[in-house]
Amino acid sequence: MTDRILDPLALPAAAPPQDPALGGAKEASSGPWATAWRRLRRDRGAMVALAVLCLVALACAAAPLYASAVSGTNPFATNLNGEVTIDGTAQPVLAPSTTGLGLGVTPIGPTWAFGPYMLGADNQGRDVAARMLYGGRNSLLIAGAATLLTLVFAVAIGLLCGFFGGIVDGVLNRVLDVLWAFPIYLLAISLSIVLIAEGLTIGPIDIRAGSLWLPIAIIGVVYVPYVARPIRGQTLSLMRSEFIAAAIALGVPPWRIFVKDLLPNIMPRVIVLVPILLALNMITESSLSFLSIGVQPPDASWGTIIQDGQGLLYSRPIVALAPGLAVALTVLCLNILGDGVRDAFDPRAKVRIA
Amino acid sequence: MHRLRLRALAAALAGGAVLFGAALAPAGAQEKGGSLRLLARAASGTIDPHINYTLQQWQVFYIAYDGLVTFRKVGDETGFEVVADLAEALPEATNEGKTYTFKLRPGIKFSNGQELTTDDVVASLQRIFKVSGPTAGTFYNGIVGADKCLSAPADCTLEGGVVADKAAGTVTINLTAPDGEFLQKLAVPHAYILPAGTPASDQGTTPIPGTGAYAVQSYDPNASLKLVRNPEFKEWSADAQPEGFVDDISYDFGLTEEAAVTAIQNGDADWMFDPPPPDRLAEIGTQYEAQVSLHPLSAMWYAPMNTNLAPFDDPKVRQAVNFAIDRDAIVKLFGGANLAQPACQILPPGFPGYEPYCPYTANPGTTWSAPDMEKAKALVAESGTAGQEVKIIAEDTVVSRAIGVYLQDVLTELGYKASVQPISQNLQFTYIQNTNNKVQISISQWFQDYPSPSNFLNVLFSCGSFHPGSDASVNIAGFCDEAVEAKMKQAFAAAVTDPASALPIWTEVDKMVTDAAPAAVLFTPKRVDFVSSRVQNFTFSPQFYAIFSKLAVQ
Repeated sequence: MTDRILDPLALPAAAPPQDPALGGAKEASSGPWATAWRRLRRDRGAMVALAVLCLVALACAAAPLYASAVSGTNPFATNLNGEVTIDGTAQPVLAPSTTGLGLGVTPIGPTWAFGPYMLGADNQGRDVAARMLYGGRNSLLIAGAATLLTLVFAVAIGLLCGFFGGIVDGVLNRVLDVLWAFPIYLLAISLSIVLIAEGLTIGPIDIRAGSLWLPIAIIGVVYVPYVARPIRGQTLSLMRSEFIAAAIALGVPPWRIFVKDLLPNIMPRVIVLVPILLALNMITESSLSFLSIGVQPPDASWGTIIQDGQGLLYSRPIVALAPGLAVALTVLCLNILGDGVRDAFDPRAKVRIA
Repeated sequence: MHRLRLRALAAALAGGAVLFGAALAPAGAQEKGGSLRLLARAASGTIDPHINYTLQQWQVFYIAYDGLVTFRKVGDETGFEVVADLAEALPEATNEGKTYTFKLRPGIKFSNGQELTTDDVVASLQRIFKVSGPTAGTFYNGIVGADKCLSAPADCTLEGGVVADKAAGTVTINLTAPDGEFLQKLAVPHAYILPAGTPASDQGTTPIPGTGAYAVQSYDPNASLKLVRNPEFKEWSADAQPEGFVDDISYDFGLTEEAAVTAIQNGDADWMFDPPPPDRLAEIGTQYEAQVSLHPLSAMWYAPMNTNLAPFDDPKVRQAVNFAIDRDAIVKLFGGANLAQPACQILPPGFPGYEPYCPYTANPGTTWSAPDMEKAKALVAESGTAGQEVKIIAEDTVVSRAIGVYLQDVLTELGYKASVQPISQNLQFTYIQNTNNKVQISISQWFQDYPSPSNFLNVLFSCGSFHPGSDASVNIAGFCDEAVEAKMKQAFAAAVTDPASALPIWTEVDKMVTDAAPAAVLFTPKRVDFVSSRVQNFTFSPQFYAIFSKLAVQ
């Protein structure tokens, strides 16, 4: 399934080297990035998706402000004996049943007012809306950082494999093969379970258990093979290009070929990967957190809030539904934006857009 | 015993069971016949009674197998009592409490038609060791010859320990030392009597013939367990093994707790093993009041604190945690005051040796009333440990995780840098026992195996239960105190000759351990049983929980 999701990323593989002579005269004159941005702006769907994503990111960034100024509660602390005044009436945040046998405790439901407990409370009396914003912040942060990590490793490995070939290519490819041999979620879950209690220490890198860096590292690593392979393929293709051959013949140092020739020609593909990797990482993070092996309490992510809401599906479904919808909306927007970015960087898309 | 699902045999408080509604009340003359459909989210392992250590399977074993003795199968406080089962009568301990002689009842047959003999008893007691049963080294290691059996299970003979006189129909068990709880240990399923020819290996899903009212017909852990009437069964003691009402029982696996509640509401099933999910409690407690029963358990939720690791190696810190915890708040996390009772001592209410005692409350006395945060902070200040890092290891369940987060708040308020780490329910219990994992504080539960104070105090807080570096070190706190050890020895010695005289000593031990605070006891849980409207005569034994053979259907 992951392969299929990533398949669309293979479309821009035909993107030619950034030679001005290959582009249209008008677009080429303004540079490939400006051209892509112009194309992207023409894609209304992508722009709407981008706008929604910006709104989500802004809202999540404002989580501390919401918690202090609107919610007025600490979204990370239990509030088991708290009360909240609604319509002039003090109500317990967690209300024990008083009918029948008096079994169970029900958290306060959504007030639907811009104030405390707008989306109600979870089973620990915490404001769901505030946790949603903090959770979104963590989800976006983890997805973003993991994407960056994946791209850094994948680009480095892809370039090294494609440029040096031979034993370097063979060794790195086998390492990728090993990672590729595991289904993504199986690998991510296995790594998480192993590392969740003790953290990860490799040389000077020390990631403590409970740190957000742990899911970032795990998610970042598991997607590396899926990105490194197409990068390697494109690098191999570029290495056969005349301008690279010329650079090598002229004795240009390898680092300069990397930076000045290979990297710029690979970047369009990398850019195309970003939105879809973000979406995949967000889903992976939510899944791991839902399974208690991602973000650790009392921190929140949309996955942990869905997990909190699982035990309240019957009485307070909003606790699980709200973060679920947030994940769905964000991933949908990222996918739409990803399509737009792909079209913008794919010269063949020009025909379609025009 | 630890958990309800994984290892637990829990029991209800003496006289504490509360029944609601007509469907649950004994209706007098129930008719025999019909089928009972029970539900559980998942099966719980092997069907071999000498190996399985889960409440879920033990409840099945109770009606399919018998021991020489058993706990009385009744729905009141006398359910804690041991009665003769395959033996004609309870034996008196002789030879200074080291010898028990049992005479078998004549004419009892296994479900395969084979007659019960002393050979079966000897073979079954040997088999406990041959299959390396989970309690072989703890419950039955006092039998003469058990040491050899433990070191070489395959060659176990228990020579000199179990002696049969086939002609007289007697079996004599010799112990190396008096054991006042030996009959209780014989009454649990690990000592049930199986045919002598039963292979000395885990029988997994293969039913083993038994002497009980029902026989296991088939077992598929992915689908169901089927029980039918044992054709060879004739009731010899209603207390020990009552004849069942229903003709057959189907125990189906796979439905979630939510789905199980719905199935029972719709009359598609009759009972569920798993507790109803928290968000359905208010509904079933209101709309299905007549089909719900509540029973306090002989169990506790507690937070063991590692007495060998900072900051909990300082008793003041452990006491501070005890003072700081708002147990009423934690009870809310478990489902409210009707589902749990705040507690701060080791022995649960109503348990033998229990005397109300609560030093960790705003007004120290017999019951918990409110946290005393000021005192807690003062103790932490005295200890000079504020600012240290503390990690709480919780189970990855809704309640345990929520309690973990709550404790994190408490510890943070006390001045520590606290974090909480939920770990998979399947791993957490062994993880927190192993000292190599350097667990500082954790959240766990304990349910009794049999009704003796030692099952809490000795098992959880004795030096002998602490095994550094082992996954089986149930003294999670690593608590080992000479004065407490001496007092427990005194209690054991007293129990051999006069069990009643040992209870006041256990009461003292309870207070000593509570004062030393190797753990923060949180609350005593209650069991919620939800049955279909067609179920009659629901019987909840304090030792066995629901007794399936006593359930009748309309």
